[in-house]
Amino acid sequence: MSAVQTGAVVGGSLGPHTDRVEPRPKGSRTGYLLLLPGMLWLLLFFAVPTIQLLATSLYDPNGSLESGYAMTWHFGTYLDVLSAYRAPFLRSLGYAVSATVLALVFGYPLAYAIAFKAGRWRNLMLVLVIAPFFTSFLVRTLAWKSILADNGFIVSGLQAVHVLGPDGRLLATSVAVVTGLTYNFLPFMVLPIYASLEKIDLRLVEAGKDLYANGVTSFRKITLPLSMPGVVAGTLLTFIPAAGDYINAQLLGTPQQYMIGNVIDNTFLVQLDYPVAAACSVILMAAIVLMVLVYVRRAGTEDLL
Amino acid sequence: MTSRPHPDPEQGSGHTAEAGADLRLSAVTKRFGEFTAVNALDLVVEQGRFFALLGPSGCGKTTTLRMVAGLEEPTSGTITIAGRDISRLRPYKRPVNTVFQSYALFPHLDIFENVAFGLRRRGISEVRSKVHDMLELVELGGYEKRRPAQLSGGQQQRVALARALINRPQVLLLDEPLGALDLKLRRQMQIELKRIQTEVGITFVHVTHDQEEAMTMADTIAVMNQGVIDQMGSPAELYDNPATTFVSNFLGQSNLVRAAVVATRGDDLVVEAYGCTLAAPGSRARRTEGTVWLGVRPEKVFLARAGAEAAEASGPAGANVLTGGVVSDVSFIGVSTQYLVRMPWGQELTVFEQNSGAHDTFRPGESVDLRWSADHTFLLDADQDAHAGDQSYAELVGTPSA
Ligand SMILES: Nc1ncnc2c1ncn2[C@@H]1O[C@H](COP(=O)(O)OP(=O)(O)OP(=O)(O)O)[C@@H](O)[C@H]1O
Ligand SMILES: [Mg+2]
Repeated sequence: MSAVQTGAVVGGSLGPHTDRVEPRPKGSRTGYLLLLPGMLWLLLFFAVPTIQLLATSLYDPNGSLESGYAMTWHFGTYLDVLSAYRAPFLRSLGYAVSATVLALVFGYPLAYAIAFKAGRWRNLMLVLVIAPFFTSFLVRTLAWKSILADNGFIVSGLQAVHVLGPDGRLLATSVAVVTGLTYNFLPFMVLPIYASLEKIDLRLVEAGKDLYANGVTSFRKITLPLSMPGVVAGTLLTFIPAAGDYINAQLLGTPQQYMIGNVIDNTFLVQLDYPVAAACSVILMAAIVLMVLVYVRRAGTEDLL
Repeated sequence: MTSRPHPDPEQGSGHTAEAGADLRLSAVTKRFGEFTAVNALDLVVEQGRFFALLGPSGCGKTTTLRMVAGLEEPTSGTITIAGRDISRLRPYKRPVNTVFQSYALFPHLDIFENVAFGLRRRGISEVRSKVHDMLELVELGGYEKRRPAQLSGGQQQRVALARALINRPQVLLLDEPLGALDLKLRRQMQIELKRIQTEVGITFVHVTHDQEEAMTMADTIAVMNQGVIDQMGSPAELYDNPATTFVSNFLGQSNLVRAAVVATRGDDLVVEAYGCTLAAPGSRARRTEGTVWLGVRPEKVFLARAGAEAAEASGPAGANVLTGGVVSDVSFIGVSTQYLVRMPWGQELTVFEQNSGAHDTFRPGESVDLRWSADHTFLLDADQDAHAGDQSYAELVGTPSA
């Protein structure tokens, strides 16, 4: 992330120099040796399962766990899945985008306050941001179930000011699911943004003020662009897990709010329809990779990541 | 002059340098808690000047600049430009720009956008051609698309200069802009800066702790010491006629000898130092009675063989003479030779002699007299520390620095 400050200098002027000094064969062999454990790990726990998943999605859909699956390169499963589960797919993306935007809206000011305004409270506030991780994901989501319950104070409060009708509810709606997603992934948004804000040289902001930028403009032209690596990292860390999440939809929603994660969960573990479940997973993965690529390119921060 | 309504930077009308746009600091004080960084500072910088604020590290130079720029609020006092009080204006509303000590170039913008930053904020037109001209002025044409990290230190320094200068501020503040450069590049940039200042005619306030830099570049120097200005004037004035021991030592070197004023003779004062009777022009005396520091610059002094008549000695006639010196050290510096001469009262005085071949040369141990023209003598208040501002104390007096 710090490539913008140091990358060019280090890579440009020091890099070739050290290459010449180090005996080349030894240096590169050490590099490969250091890579080896990581590569093995990836091969075993990422490459192999991914290939297995792809293969499973192409098995004969008429097979079953008992009778076994035959590899028939049945691409048709993908079409079936896309038409049968279009709604949960779109819902997943919609919910994940909404939760990411909301987490950004809440998380950026929070990170900004911690980085620049918190003074001696800074460390305490950081601990508070991380504190929810001390309890389990499941428990926290269940807590939201009671917070948003029909007889909870939020619903009665909203009913009192007529935002909700007399029998309006929050639980079991899309609002509840998106709220849960936003809450659960907020720290993943706040921490990277905080990290990149905290690194900003305040003298740059002073220089901006000296050059006729008022508070708002110097934020727009200096602070925000310099914190973009954190924003990109934060949105990815929120969007990717949110798109695949199924706990929030299950606990705070109804089948009307089910996301693709719920479908995969259901087809894998309940219906035991492995090819369909695998196809759903592959489509989700491909969609996420595609969206992330487009996003990162649009954000223009490839060199910052 | 009448104070016109303040030019709003957002309006883009621009505040170009104009006649009578003096920068004036009146009784400006800045305290950080208990610590007084700048103490009741008074300062006038005339429009169009190359003004140097010179002083040792920690004396409050940066703090003073930051108050002018609006990045620090004075505890008390007022700052005016062209008669308009700017002391409480927001930094982005002030007609000043700064070249920061650390450059503070925007790493996420290319050189073009860095330089264009101020123009864009004020919505000024013809950005492209103005930036182009400015980059030509600092000899960085063709570097528009680079990022700051891809430039050398000297190039970054010039971008920082261009970025500030393009706004045509009434006052340009430069905070040790050459501090990070090596000696050769620094000399080169000094000439460059001076050229640019002459070309654009904007008031430059240049902060430095390098006395040579201040003397070569500035029309006016203010010597700052512990939050106050000791003396202000042209480099020659400050050098020839220092007001305090601090200035006499910080700007070049000085020999300061304890003496007492004994009489007045016409415009001159007669002083006695360790049994020698000497004269000093009254116009160069900061104190005209009692105990004084008698000062003379090392290059003004000539060495003569002990007891030699004025006629055969190479020194000036009608000169001041201090007798009984013994050469204790000789260093050959090329264009000149530096002598240390131990006086009977134990003090070591410094003498620079041009290696022009016109003078005798001396070896350590030889007895010499020191001669110089009475006109080059100055008298300072004896209450001051003779070593104030002296960076080479040990060299001068031959004892370890306190
Ligand atoms: N924000 C601050 N809080 C407390 N003290 C400060 C602050 N800024 C500066 N000072 C003190 O004020 C004094 C003057 O500082 P300043 O930065 O103006 O020095 P300077 O003359 O620019 O020195 P240098 O040549 O080293 O840059 C120093 O003793 C410094 O410690
Ligand atoms: Mg400074």
